[in-house]
Parts: sequence; C-alpha cells; structure tokens
Amino acid sequence: MHQVLAGLATGGIYASVALALVMIHQATHLVNFAQGEMAMFSTYLAWTLIQAGMPYWAAFLLTVGISFFIGAAVQHFVLRPIRSDSVLPLVIVFIGLLVIFNSVAGWLFTYTIKVFPSPFPSEPLFGQRYLSSHEVGAIGVTLVVLVLLWAFFRFTPLGLAMRAVAQNPVSSRLVGIRVGWMLALGWGLAAAVGAVAGMMVAPIVYLDPNMMAGILLYAFAAALIGGIDSPGGAVVGGFLVGVLENVLGAYVVGNELKLVVALVLIVGVLVIKPSGLFGSVQVTRV
Amino acid sequence: MSAVAPATNGAAARASDQRMRLLGLSLLLAVACALPFVVSNFRTFQLTLVLVYAIALLGLNILTGYNGQISLGHGAFYAIGAYAAAILMDKFGAPYWLTVPVAGLVCLAVGFLFGLPALRLEPLYLALATFALGVSMPHLLKYKYIEGWTGGVQGIVIVKPDAPFGVPLTPDQWLYFFTLAITVAMFVLGWNLLRGRVGRALVAIRDHPIAASAMGIDTALYKSLAFGVSAMYTGVAGALGAIAVQFVAPDSFSAFLSITFLVGVVVGGLASIPGALFGAFFIQFIPNIADQISKAAPWAIYGVFLIAFMFLMPAGISGALRLGWRRLARRAARRERA
Repeated sequence: MHQVLAGLATGGIYASVALALVMIHQATHLVNFAQGEMAMFSTYLAWTLIQAGMPYWAAFLLTVGISFFIGAAVQHFVLRPIRSDSVLPLVIVFIGLLVIFNSVAGWLFTYTIKVFPSPFPSEPLFGQRYLSSHEVGAIGVTLVVLVLLWAFFRFTPLGLAMRAVAQNPVSSRLVGIRVGWMLALGWGLAAAVGAVAGMMVAPIVYLDPNMMAGILLYAFAAALIGGIDSPGGAVVGGFLVGVLENVLGAYVVGNELKLVVALVLIVGVLVIKPSGLFGSVQVTRV
Repeated sequence: MSAVAPATNGAAARASDQRMRLLGLSLLLAVACALPFVVSNFRTFQLTLVLVYAIALLGLNILTGYNGQISLGHGAFYAIGAYAAAILMDKFGAPYWLTVPVAGLVCLAVGFLFGLPALRLEPLYLALATFALGVSMPHLLKYKYIEGWTGGVQGIVIVKPDAPFGVPLTPDQWLYFFTLAITVAMFVLGWNLLRGRVGRALVAIRDHPIAASAMGIDTALYKSLAFGVSAMYTGVAGALGAIAVQFVAPDSFSAFLSITFLVGVVVGGLASIPGALFGAFFIQFIPNIADQISKAAPWAIYGVFLIAFMFLMPAGISGALRLGWRRLARRAARRERA
C-alpha cells in the first residue's frame, strides 16, 4: 500500500513533465528532448529568486512567466529558421539545446546539490503517514494544471486556433491564424508547465543540473503509454508508470533492474496497443 | 537530335564523374595509409577510433538514413559487440581477429530479433523502444548473475595485439591498419548492398511504405533485415572499439553513446555513405575542440556547434558538399558554353 502511494507521488511528477511533452506535441507534432533540461533551468531561476528574498509564490509565478518567454523565444529564434523536410535535424537541435541548458546551468549555478524549498507544510496531512504533504500538494498542482490546460484547449478561441495549427498548418494559415505565433505560444505553454513540474520535483530529488535525466525518460514513456495526443492520458500514464516502477522495484526484481523491467513492460504495452491507451488511432489516406 | 545530345552528354559526364570518384577514393586511401607514419601514436589511436565510429555510423545510417527508422539505442549493439569480443578473448582465449566476425553475427541475430516486434511501432514509439534498450544496457551488463562473464562494474581488460609476422609496426599502427582494412571491406559491402535492389527497397519503404508493399516489397522482412544488418555493423565497430581501447565497462556504453551516434549520422549526412566518415570525424574531434574553447562549459559549446551545423547544413556535411560540388560543376559548364 505504501509503495503504491509513494508511486503515485513520483507518478505525479512524471505526469506533469509528460503533460509538457504532450503540449509541444499538440502544437508541433514533435517531442522535445530538451524539455526536462528547460524545466531544470527554470527551477534554478526560481531558486535564485527565492535566494534573493522573494516570497515563494511570487517567485513561482515570475518563474512560470519567464519560462513561458524562454520557451516561446526558443521556438521563434532557434527552431523556426530551420528549414528541413526531415524531423531528424530538429531532433539534433533538441539534443543541442539539451546539452546547452545542462552545461550552462552547471556553469552558472555549479554542480553542487541544492535544497529547494517546498510551499507546503512539513507535517503530513490528515494524520496519515504514507504521503508527505508536499507529495499530496504536488499531485494536486498537477491535476490543477491538467484541468486548466483542458479548459484552455476546449473553451477558448486561442486554444481552438492552436489545435487547428497542429492538425493542419496550411489550412489554418489560409483562414487567418498566425501559425508562427501559435507555435511559439505552444512552446511557451509547454515551458511554463515544465517549470511548474520542475519546482514540484526539486524539493523531492534536490536541485542539481542532472536532476531531470531519469525523469524525462519516464515522462516520455508515460506520455506514450497514455497516447501522445491526449493530455488526460499523459497524466494517467504518469501515475501508472510511477506506481509500476515503485511496486516492481520493491517486490519483484529489486532496485537494480527496476528501470529495465519498467521499460520492457512499457514497450510491451506499445507493441500490443501501438497508439497508447488513450491515444486516437491515426488513419492515413493514401 | 536535340533530345539525344544532352543524354549522351549526361552519360559522358557520368563516366567522367565515376573516374573522378575512383581517383578521389584511391587518393583518400593513400592518405589514410600514409597517416600513421607521420602522426604520433596517440593520434593514430584517435584515427583508429574515427574508423571504428565510421563503421558504426554507416550501420546506423542504413537503418535511419535509408530505411527511415530512428534508433536511439545503437549504443546497446555497440556494447554487445564490444562485450562479445572481450568475453571471447578473456574467457576463451580467442584470437582478436576472430572476435570481430563473431561479434557481428551475434549483433545480426540480436538486431533482427529486436527488429521484429519494433516493426509495429510508429517512429516516435520506436524511438522510445530503442532508447529504452540503450538505457537498459548498462544496467543489464552490471546484473549480478552474469558478473562472472561480464566482470560487473569493473569490466574486462584486454591485451593490445602486436603486429604479426614480425612486421615492423607499433601496436597502435598495426591496429590502425587492421581497422582500416575492415572499414574498407564494410564500406564496399555497404555500397554494394545499398546501390542495388535491397537499397532501393529500403528507400521505397522509407518514402512510402504502402506504395512499397503494393509493389511487392516484403516490408516486414526488409525492415527487420535493415535492423539486423545495421546492428551487425555497429557490433563489428563495437568489437574493434573494444580491442582499440583495451577495456570494456558498462558505464562506457551509456545512453549518451547512442545519442552521439545519431548526432554523427545526421551531422555527417543522412542516406549518404561518405557521410558516415564525416560524422565520425565530428563525434571524435568536436568535443575536444569545444573543450579547448571553453573549459568551463564545453558541452554548451558542443551544443552551439550542433545547432550551427543544422542551421548551415540541414542535409549534413555530405549534403552541403554535394550542393557545393553541383554549383561548381554548373558554373564550369556555363563557362564552357560561353
């Protein structure tokens, strides 16, 4: 029972990074390998602001805002100018961004591990001993972000325009949607979601430039298990991967191989159900 | 008449092109043979690694460039090849030259088997599956029940082979020539494979899988074969790499190695045989150059290099060269006409 709950807590983290991945995929049909590093960098920004004496929630909001602009700027200045038929050069650019963010963070903030504050009280909630209140809070924040995103995409004209751009950029341009700005907006939103995820993770795993390495892989797996085009699926997938990883690690194979077994299971699911648990099956016209 | 003239012209141009290419290749080979006698042993060792990477990149290029399947896990096949060679030499006392084909065969089998289920996956999902393979491999190699074979975290140390028959070469130089011979053989093999029926089938599957299967290409078979052959190349490279660095350990085959291979393939040029060689030079030397530019954040410089390369040459180094060559040829033709 305890393992399942602890799994839910880590699952919440995977879910929020997976959400960010799904966001970018919604807007551009690409998977951003630098997502985790961008989140890590945002978390360092928040840490700097808090060290400078800013109250937590003000720093939180400011970081989310700055991350939004960094994300939009990356799309606008780095990715947009690259003209290529194939996705592979873009993948290489993502890898380039990943090492840049990682290395610059290490250079600016050093590689020593830092403690990141949590906004939630240190006593466990409701008198239970299984989940710290930070873990409960992190899950809550993830769910709030999910609902906000869902409402944004479902009810606002801007959200509709973004979905249109993802589905058919040419027709969207013909009906007067600014495709370039929609893509930048998508990247900005994803970076903002990533920043939230980073600030929720940091109190648990501590802050260092490599904190996102493992998380990104699990988040990627979570997004794919849930179906890459479904934000709700990403959250379910995140919790699923978290629980699976914890339970398997504790009871079945031990800590050394839990990564391997979790990944094998994930690939197994994908072989049986290639578009994920909640993804829509793409039908291609010939 | 006017319709025929350009055609014969084209044929003549192609023939002279081929002659140029043959000349260029023999020149390249001559330079490659002369190099170890003019540079230091350490540089020779680095060049050996370049050749090793070139074989691995050619393998990945068969899969990613020609067949359009992204693999983020080729480091795993490299590791399997390296460990196959090391275990054969360490536990069975096999001669080093025998380990190379064995490593290739082992990887051919593993790659083919991995390719079978991976067929069903869409590109992104395939990227995840192969990445999972790349990430798991170091953990598997450390697994305690096979420690007797793999040496666990410690890895295996191998002895560097000397030149046979009393040939007056240092071990580094001998290993360089050994690797060069295998590289040439693998490139000729790859060239023959890719320019014919098989190569066309692979490209057709990449460009339009449905049309390809409608034309009677067995898509599933060719895709798994591409996986197997690609893994075989990488495995051969792994075995040679292990002999060259005289050491294998789980942590030298991290997921980062797989990503480096993909970087090499795209920077060198997708679906291009010489591209493998350019990519190999890039992944061997650019990290050192970045390190010399900035000691504080070398990887940031490396990242800037990557992005700059993709900005300037989205089709890779060989793509840019081809474009430049064509422009020069066109200008020369125009001058001739004038």
